[in-house]
Amino acid sequence: MVTIHYAKDNFELGEDQSVLDCLTDRGVPVPFSCRSGACQTCLMRATGGKPPEASQQGLKDSLKLQNYFLACVCHPTEDLEVALPDDDDIQAAIPATVKSLTLLNPEIMHVALECHAPIEYRAGQFINLFQDPTLGRSYSLASVPYEDDHLHLHVRRLPQGRVSGWIHEELRPGQTVEVRGPAGDCFYTSGNNEQGLVLIGTGSGLAPLYGIVRDALGQGHTGPIHLFHGSRDLDGLYLTGELHDLVRQYTNFNYVPCLSGGDVPHGFASGRAHDVAFQQIPDLKNWRLFLCGHPEMVKAARMKAFLAGASMKDIYADAFNVSQSS
Amino acid sequence: MSQQASLYEQLGGEAAVNAAVDIFYRKVLSDGRISAFFEDVDMEKQAAKQKAFLTMAFGGPHNYSGLDMRTGHAHLVERGLNDSHVDAVIENLAATLRELGVDDALINQVAAIAESTRDDVLGR
Repeated sequence: MVTIHYAKDNFELGEDQSVLDCLTDRGVPVPFSCRSGACQTCLMRATGGKPPEASQQGLKDSLKLQNYFLACVCHPTEDLEVALPDDDDIQAAIPATVKSLTLLNPEIMHVALECHAPIEYRAGQFINLFQDPTLGRSYSLASVPYEDDHLHLHVRRLPQGRVSGWIHEELRPGQTVEVRGPAGDCFYTSGNNEQGLVLIGTGSGLAPLYGIVRDALGQGHTGPIHLFHGSRDLDGLYLTGELHDLVRQYTNFNYVPCLSGGDVPHGFASGRAHDVAFQQIPDLKNWRLFLCGHPEMVKAARMKAFLAGASMKDIYADAFNVSQSS
Repeated sequence: MSQQASLYEQLGGEAAVNAAVDIFYRKVLSDGRISAFFEDVDMEKQAAKQKAFLTMAFGGPHNYSGLDMRTGHAHLVERGLNDSHVDAVIENLAATLRELGVDDALINQVAAIAESTRDDVLGR
């Protein structure tokens, strides 16, 4: 007899019954539509146990790795503990000590955090950092778990930003904050090591990309890796020295800093990062893309990349939406 | 091909849907007659919906009812969705299959299934 654990309830799975039917029959509000494993409306996540492979058909590799599955075509033969994708209490809050705060450029702060309990994450995912229990913001992880001792965040100071203002002005090394996470499916997965990668970021959108690039290189990616980082002017770019070092170290890595403002010195591309990227690599068939930063850039780049031949499954994106309450 | 093979099997089942979905969605987005209806949607969710639609049109397993089709498109009908837009979608569907080298006879069967949803999609 197979049991499905959801929230605090245990449900017995009937013969030939899908996890979706099992839950909706008992009144759990799982959204669904096609009930044939195609539309992905009933996406859920196994927080205990392994979902059958057949229930992960068609999902992004990064979702498969995190045990996401489609409830309507999920017929497990072993017990499964499941959650809806937006269930907040999948993870508990973990205290973390601030180890260092360093300005990367005039408006972006590098924050290093040491978690009091181990946190399993992939470079490029994000965590939520809390100023107090009701006030938190999402920040992408620039660190690589097997290379860096601490969690690294790049926090851009937003005008009237409550949490970013607090991080820039008041937070000090040694203080303890709370973090929750990780979450997000914008990260590198191995298995197709020769595929070309194009990474496009604006502003602090470099944070997840800096992690993803180093993770891909660290996992032995052999295909070409092109990173385009854009800002309006020179002040907005950062980690340029570190990235040029990586270029010298790895022949398959290419870094293109882009400036969309007027004054473009030698060594920088002129134009917005995604425009430069699509000019340099016009045919994106079989390429994998990572798009991080300004929501408008992410939206436009996703559309362009898809129309330029990239498969939807190969486009990973993290749009930095600004919280309505600032 | 045996007499028993269903349309879905003859087309190649899920693999055929996977091969078609990106091509079809790309055509729809590039088609000035209908692209406006897709402007402010989440592309990832939309691609999954396209996949569900293709599965149905290919004669594959699905559980869509006429009512689902009506409620799913009601907001687009309000924005002016009409017969010409359905025509455009069916054209793009046929062009996708032609690009994949599918026989005309099978393409006609797929178009007929898509055609059968027209009134529900348009809320008539």
